[in-house]
Amino acid sequence: MNLALRDIRHNLSRFSLTALGIGMLLMLVMGMGGIYQGLVEDATLLVDRIGAELWVVQYGTRGPFAEISRIPRNLEDRLRAVPGVKNAHAFVTYVVQREHRKKPLRMQVQGLSWPGDKGEWLPLVAGRALGAAHFEMVADKILGLHLGDKVALGKDVYTVVGITSGMNSTGGDGMAFFTLLDSLAIQFDSPGEAIRLERSARRSRVGRIDFGKTQPTLLERAELPSAKLPAIARPAVSATLVQLEPGTNVDSVVETLEGWADVSVFTRDQQKELLLRGVVDRARRQLGLFRGLLIIISAVIMALILYTLTLEKVHDIAMLKLIGARNSVILGLILQQALLLGLLGYILAFYAGKWVFPLFPRRVLITSEDLLSLALIVLGISVLSAILGIWKAMRVEPNEVVA
Amino acid sequence: MEGHAGRTERGGGMNDPSMAVEAQSLTKIYGSGNVEVVAMQDVSFALANGEVVALLGPSGAGKSTLLTIIGLINTPTSGKIRLGSDLVTDGPVAKVNLRSYRRRFIGYVLQKANLIPFLTALENVQLAQEINDISGKPARHRAMELLEYLGVQHRANNLPYMLSGGEQQRVAVARALANKPRLVLADEPTAALDSVRGRQVMELFRTVAHEQGTTILVGTHDHRALDVFDRILAMEDGKLKSNYVNGADKELKVS
Repeated sequence: MNLALRDIRHNLSRFSLTALGIGMLLMLVMGMGGIYQGLVEDATLLVDRIGAELWVVQYGTRGPFAEISRIPRNLEDRLRAVPGVKNAHAFVTYVVQREHRKKPLRMQVQGLSWPGDKGEWLPLVAGRALGAAHFEMVADKILGLHLGDKVALGKDVYTVVGITSGMNSTGGDGMAFFTLLDSLAIQFDSPGEAIRLERSARRSRVGRIDFGKTQPTLLERAELPSAKLPAIARPAVSATLVQLEPGTNVDSVVETLEGWADVSVFTRDQQKELLLRGVVDRARRQLGLFRGLLIIISAVIMALILYTLTLEKVHDIAMLKLIGARNSVILGLILQQALLLGLLGYILAFYAGKWVFPLFPRRVLITSEDLLSLALIVLGISVLSAILGIWKAMRVEPNEVVA
Repeated sequence: MEGHAGRTERGGGMNDPSMAVEAQSLTKIYGSGNVEVVAMQDVSFALANGEVVALLGPSGAGKSTLLTIIGLINTPTSGKIRLGSDLVTDGPVAKVNLRSYRRRFIGYVLQKANLIPFLTALENVQLAQEINDISGKPARHRAMELLEYLGVQHRANNLPYMLSGGEQQRVAVARALANKPRLVLADEPTAALDSVRGRQVMELFRTVAHEQGTTILVGTHDHRALDVFDRILAMEDGKLKSNYVNGADKELKVS
């Protein structure tokens, strides 16, 4: 005869409510772990997806994600000349917050080196990769854009041609992919007034010096398109991504590039390490600590619930002892209820989480490893919290029922 | 059901195999020094198999102390207890596993029925057997048999709160008898019942004792149903004052 189940059957509504409460608490623990994993996943997602073996950035920086890095666009040409390098292309990344349909639109802009990189590697759930050098974009679904949407950024309007899933930045912003030139145009959109002022300043400077009067071509340069004006020319890119020939020794290429005075070089693993140890480190630790606290709180609450349930049964336990019940019978009653409470709470947490977590604005990634570790934690909590109740039950004397 | 085991000569000496229980010079002292309380002093008696005996006395006479000591819930400060031929306590030292002995040889009926509230009447009786390693159909059969015997078989699948006080107490008696104990101890079993139901329970004890050969010791201060007992032990101030054979006007020797 299973006393634990019969007691639960007798107090089904109270037990169910208690399990629901424990389940909600465990869902928070599960969610916190999911946010933690989501943060890690988001941090390393782009580095993994892009798949470049080497990241070449501005000398002395830890760019392009951990800090700003600016290198000349033509660095990719130099890199292609290095023995063992199969390909190199520029990469731009930055965050913008603009307005779309009268709502803020915050996104992480990624510049792809068209035509070498059209974004075929992106996890598209709708539409296609970039198909033109200008005015197309691929957006993550978290941005709320749809295929065919027109988004005004700077002076130009971009059409959404593809939708990705799960491409978020470490800050939780959805990513949007443009060609490199478009991404630079969006970032450094110079207003007409700035261009006019620069041209006027050039004409004025040329007019004040004799050299300007003798060399009229200098005056002509002031009339060139804005992109060719040195003061407002297109700026540098964030990084250059390098892919190596199969079988190439990565270390030897790194050694070569480290000899260059104007760049720093990181392997893919080093880049991921920079992200995890730097960009998301504090958030990661904070979430980890908060999760630990939630686990402790869950254990305390469960222990108190089981202790209270045991207190309510002191008289019955005394009676059981009076009629000679072994300690294992009493221990089983409390422990089985604790385990059932934990199991039910865990199942409720899992299914409630499946429903709730997708509504979170940031990615909540529940991995099977996390589920397993939480199951073990719940098992541990259940056993530990039952100990308080068992301790009380073991101290109950059979003559309490006689009194 | 078990047949009647004939009553034997009462008040036999120590280690008499016909005796279900033998108590010798039991003394219980709580505390020590200035706070020492003598709850029971030098109490000796023997109970024969199949005998139903009243333990009479006012509140504070030491009835409950004696019942808890005979029931192996407490140990005496000094004195010996035998169950059948087994020496179970010698002073405060338990000579056997008391819980195991309680499980196998003693049944309890208390002032309140103290049924496990989340078990049905049938399950309450079955539980006592399962604790004694009897489970499945035999336990169920025995439990049902006892409920029938005690006239509450129609309540077998009801939870305790659905039963009247008298019915609950009958189920408690069934539980006490579930493991065919040598001894049933009852402490004020009719205190929560009206006089009619109280008498019914006392008569039930007599029937059970005589039909099943179970020795029953009932602690009570209710004089109204004393005629149902074979013998009456009277206690006062922790001492056994008298030991009467009911209806025989014969007082046995009080040691």
